[in-house]
Amino acid sequence: MAAINRDDVAHLARLAHIEMSAEELDRMAGELAVIVDSVKSVSEAAGDDVPATSHPIPLTNVFREDVVGHTFTAEQALSGAPDAYEGRFKVPAILDED
Amino acid sequence: MTETTPELFRLSAAALAEKLAAREVTAVEVTQAHLDRIAAVDGKVHAFLHVNAEEALAVAAEVDAIRAAGGAAAEELHVLAGVPIAVKDLIVTIGQPTTAGSKILEGWHSPYDATVVERLRAAKMPILGKTNLDEFAMGSSTEHSAFGPTHNPWDLDRIPGGSGGGSAAAVAAFEAPLALGTDTGGSIRQPGAVTGTVGVKPTYGGVSRYGAIAMASSLDQIGPVSRTVLDSALLHQVIGGHDPRDSTSLPDPLEDLVAAARTGNVEGMKIGIIKELHGEGYQAGVENRFNEALELLKGAGAEIVEVSCPNFKYALGAYYLIMPSEASSNLAKFDGVRFGLRVLPEEGPLTIERVMGATRAAGFGDEVKRRIILGTYALSAGYYDAYYGSAQKVRTLIQRDFDAAFAQADVLISPTAPTTAFKLGEKLNDPLAMYLNDVATIPANMAGVPGLSLPGGLADEDGLPVGVQLLAPARQDARLYRVGAVLESLLEAQWGGPLLDKAPSLTAPSLNDTVASHGGSH
Repeated sequence: MAAINRDDVAHLARLAHIEMSAEELDRMAGELAVIVDSVKSVSEAAGDDVPATSHPIPLTNVFREDVVGHTFTAEQALSGAPDAYEGRFKVPAILDED
Repeated sequence: MTETTPELFRLSAAALAEKLAAREVTAVEVTQAHLDRIAAVDGKVHAFLHVNAEEALAVAAEVDAIRAAGGAAAEELHVLAGVPIAVKDLIVTIGQPTTAGSKILEGWHSPYDATVVERLRAAKMPILGKTNLDEFAMGSSTEHSAFGPTHNPWDLDRIPGGSGGGSAAAVAAFEAPLALGTDTGGSIRQPGAVTGTVGVKPTYGGVSRYGAIAMASSLDQIGPVSRTVLDSALLHQVIGGHDPRDSTSLPDPLEDLVAAARTGNVEGMKIGIIKELHGEGYQAGVENRFNEALELLKGAGAEIVEVSCPNFKYALGAYYLIMPSEASSNLAKFDGVRFGLRVLPEEGPLTIERVMGATRAAGFGDEVKRRIILGTYALSAGYYDAYYGSAQKVRTLIQRDFDAAFAQADVLISPTAPTTAFKLGEKLNDPLAMYLNDVATIPANMAGVPGLSLPGGLADEDGLPVGVQLLAPARQDARLYRVGAVLESLLEAQWGGPLLDKAPSLTAPSLNDTVASHGGSH
């Protein structure tokens, strides 16, 4: 498996929507390289015949009655919003104006 | 209060419940005693991020009024009615802030209660406040809290464990008899071990996760934190059981865990030592106390067998792929739009992408960023099979190891953590060394099986608490209480009382205290 480098971290930070300074990218790349190296052995642990487990105790068909349950009022839903306008979340521009 | 009044805050939840039921004390007195204790020692310990005095006293007064009025309502009071509790600040509460230890949620108030909090309210347990944690429960020392670390009551220069160091320190410092924690890789059990307290991670799905801010949804579990095994059982009984609002909640009826703790017995039981979870890499004092615990259990009629779980060596690595993958996805909701912090970029156009980038840069701490980036990496195209896919296969191997081990033993036993509490700052700049603290607790989360940590004594080399971990098959949480109660009583007989009797008082009289206690007026 490829080692993780500074460019990878910059790309991942963009995907994860976290702005990072040059200094932060350098530091993070170093730390992550050590961590990724230490978890590498995982890929050699299990053969193709071993099924994956996504949930420790699987439950199937967990449904509820199709009736309206508890809902928040608009006021409750907006109570923690950094910005709201006329009962709605106010979002910064979705598209760049340039 | 006179000098002869017993210190209410030192009593267990079970003892407090008895005194309340017998009307020897009022719930207001009990709650006030704990609020006073918080005021006296939390400046040093910093277990609490928020103290909820007014509401807690109101709930206590309500319990007292119901009891005073008598009749059916008094009869129907829950056994823990009026017994106060602290709640980890990862669990949402109406009427108090919930921060998850993060600047991104500073000052945020949830519009709803977690199911476990609803159950505390239904039992009329006064909620003393919210306890400190590593940011979004990511850490093993509480040093990753955005609001400063919690200090270990045994030695204020040392870590209280993490992520639930606040809850563990609160019960260890007698600021609360009970607390709620959450355990994703050991965040209830490892703090229990290093603070000389009891912590239980129930079977996955055994306690509703609705209202616990998710880190890794397939690993997270809410559970009890206390000073005694019986107290954890009492609390587990309050919060456990099916919740339709958590789709991973087990439909099984809850066993009588309190009865299990009260009728502990290990005679004829097979207790398995996990070969891979002791010995090399474990501190000598930890190993010694662990071996003594085995001798005590043997003396009480248990048969000690050795089991091998060869795939546990991959557990830590697989955990550090699965947990960050799930965390990176769960934390995507902190976008600066729906709740919490919004930070505008210093220059350039104000687009949502740039606002998100600036908000998450300012709102998340280093460890959270590390895990989000690591998780984004493990899930990205080209790496998914090698990392996340492989880690999920390891999860299967760990489950098979547990299945084989439980075919040979009724419960398994290991040290909870490889070392006693280390110094604050000691591992802060070495993420990998920090991660190794959870090597013995992570397998339980990977397989969904329940685990309990209880105090095993003090290590010879540093005089600090050592934890002993018990593990049981999924849905067999009662076994943990049955064995834990036996080991606890054998150990306490040896120590001549609870281990926490040996902890520093935290209020050793200074000159000012001396003047005050002699009636100095001002």
